[in-house]
Amino acid sequence: MIRFILRRLLQAVPTLLAVVTVSFFLMRLAPGGPFDLERPLAPAAMENLRRVYGLDRPLVAQFGSYLAALVRGDLGPSFSFRDQSVLDLIARGLPVSATLGALALVLATALGVGLGIAAALRRGGVVDRLLGVGAALTLSLPSFVVAPLLQIAFGLTLRWLPLGGWNDGAPSHLVLPVVTLALPQVGALARLTRTSLAETLRTQPVRTMRSLGLPPARVTRHALRGALLPVVAYLGPLAASLLTGSVVVETIFGLPGIGRYFVEGALNRDYTLVMGTVLLVAGLVIALNLAADLACAWLDPRLRAAS
Amino acid sequence: MTITAAAPGPARRAVLRFARERTAMAALAVLILIALACLIGQGLTGHDPERAYPDLRQLPAGLTAQPDAEHLRPALERLAFRMRVRLDAVARDGDTLRLTLGSDAGVDRRSLAYLPRSALFGSPDILDERDGGRSLVVAVPIRRLHFLLGTDIQGRDLLTRCLVAGRISLAIGLAASLVALLIGVAYGATAGFIGGAVDAVMMRGVDVLYALPFVFFVILLLVFFRPSLLLMLVAIAAVEWLDMARVVRAVTLSLRERDFVRAARALGLGTPRIILRHIVPNTLGPVAVTATLLVPQVILLESFLSFLGLGVQEPQTSWGVLIAEGARSIEGAPHMLAAPAAFLIATLVALNLIGDGLADALDPRGD
Repeated sequence: MIRFILRRLLQAVPTLLAVVTVSFFLMRLAPGGPFDLERPLAPAAMENLRRVYGLDRPLVAQFGSYLAALVRGDLGPSFSFRDQSVLDLIARGLPVSATLGALALVLATALGVGLGIAAALRRGGVVDRLLGVGAALTLSLPSFVVAPLLQIAFGLTLRWLPLGGWNDGAPSHLVLPVVTLALPQVGALARLTRTSLAETLRTQPVRTMRSLGLPPARVTRHALRGALLPVVAYLGPLAASLLTGSVVVETIFGLPGIGRYFVEGALNRDYTLVMGTVLLVAGLVIALNLAADLACAWLDPRLRAAS
Repeated sequence: MTITAAAPGPARRAVLRFARERTAMAALAVLILIALACLIGQGLTGHDPERAYPDLRQLPAGLTAQPDAEHLRPALERLAFRMRVRLDAVARDGDTLRLTLGSDAGVDRRSLAYLPRSALFGSPDILDERDGGRSLVVAVPIRRLHFLLGTDIQGRDLLTRCLVAGRISLAIGLAASLVALLIGVAYGATAGFIGGAVDAVMMRGVDVLYALPFVFFVILLLVFFRPSLLLMLVAIAAVEWLDMARVVRAVTLSLRERDFVRAARALGLGTPRIILRHIVPNTLGPVAVTATLLVPQVILLESFLSFLGLGVQEPQTSWGVLIAEGARSIEGAPHMLAAPAAFLIATLVALNLIGDGLADALDPRGD
């Protein structure tokens, strides 16, 4: 098990290196720079700024020193937020995005898996029939449509919830963003759970248990353990997509998370901030996928033996 | 099923099964309707997509002929101001207005051209002239304009805009999916067919790409280089081919050891020909399902980028652009969000349902 984890962590190194390299050169080869303001700076001032931030050195040398700093855990200073390091900004933005993502994940999983189980246990029932169209519908609801609709319904018309803002994570400010993030995933999770559980319920061991007279609730519990494997495997990429999907949600609701920092960083040509956020997201994607795989191995002894 | 002399082949059986899926068939009908409307409907709405009616901004959706009583007076007053005349009397008789225009300096008849130019009225007839030209009585026919889905912030017909936008959204959805499909099929079939170390390396590459925060890269690409249709197409295709590659590889692995492939190899066919002639045609089923589910993903990504202002740029428009405009004016004119969002969601739901139906129809266990 330890060896499996170590190998996966080792495999993450080239991936992260690719992320760093591609985003670094993509940004530097593009026209424009962080100090191109509306009113151009005096050439001497520009020269000075570029020297202070090391932008006058050859590109490869800059890349080398960025990597060296990265190994030490230093993401460099932000170009657009004066006197703040990228690590400071991430330390401020990550809790926001993580709170939203985690709550949305819990909500989507609870609803999705619950509906999926209900549909699988009563094939052809109301839940099951609604799921066919309902899943396609939630999958097709873009967050940039859901968010304004929720804002107008609950913020402007009913005045139950605030339109946006963070307000130190007050629960009332969390509801609309979390629902927006979770909604598209409910249908996908429900469908996955239903298909998987329905298949498991047809297998020989489950039929045997039933014929031996085990109570239906016990049978379902046993079947669920196996049936949840694909669901757990899906949760890894899902958690990652909830983080990336937060770009729109954070923009619409005006939340200071990493998605917002990323977009602002990209618009301001804040090289280090963009690199930092992209690296963070890539690292999270890898870590969450690994966590999902480990959870699968814990659920399924056959996978444990294979790894 | 009874075996008859002409038992339908697997492809025909799949088509028949698909035709029995009522939800999927309904979705297909909706999709064809939307596509047809986008292709030819623009000419039938009676409005040019760029034609702005400045007097009829942000009209709500409705069946009433415009200009209605509420908009007539302000529109007339604006016109009178531009014509430098007073509106001494306004009387409405059915679809004709009787205007008495006054001006101390004399009413300039050439200024009457402003009336038809506003597109709300027809050409005026002069009925009477009084006070030596200082007062003019004219009869003006009122045009009857219809804006089924209302108008946007500049007074353009929203239905026409949605149809034109749909053309771009659907075109990008199809084109980017096609590119992603070609890359994915070629990559997956090659990896699966050659197998061994080549397969391991190629699929490891796909795993690495899966772990990249791709949406972030697409945003970077579009922010740093000027957004253009081509760049967006390339960016979307570069993101979306991974699923297809995995599906095709899995199918190819199972096909590789089948007898007809061995026979082709024994006959001395080269690898590229076997892949092209024997592997790819047999992956069509799963490819069709994956591709149908790919198109809505691509359209969604395009709308998402356009919503952020990184995708389709003015004067071109797409559903994402219209939704962004609608989201900005949601307080005053919610129909501006609802109309393009309804088009987008209907299309996505239809495509997803068709994909589900196809998957069921092609599932051999379905018989």
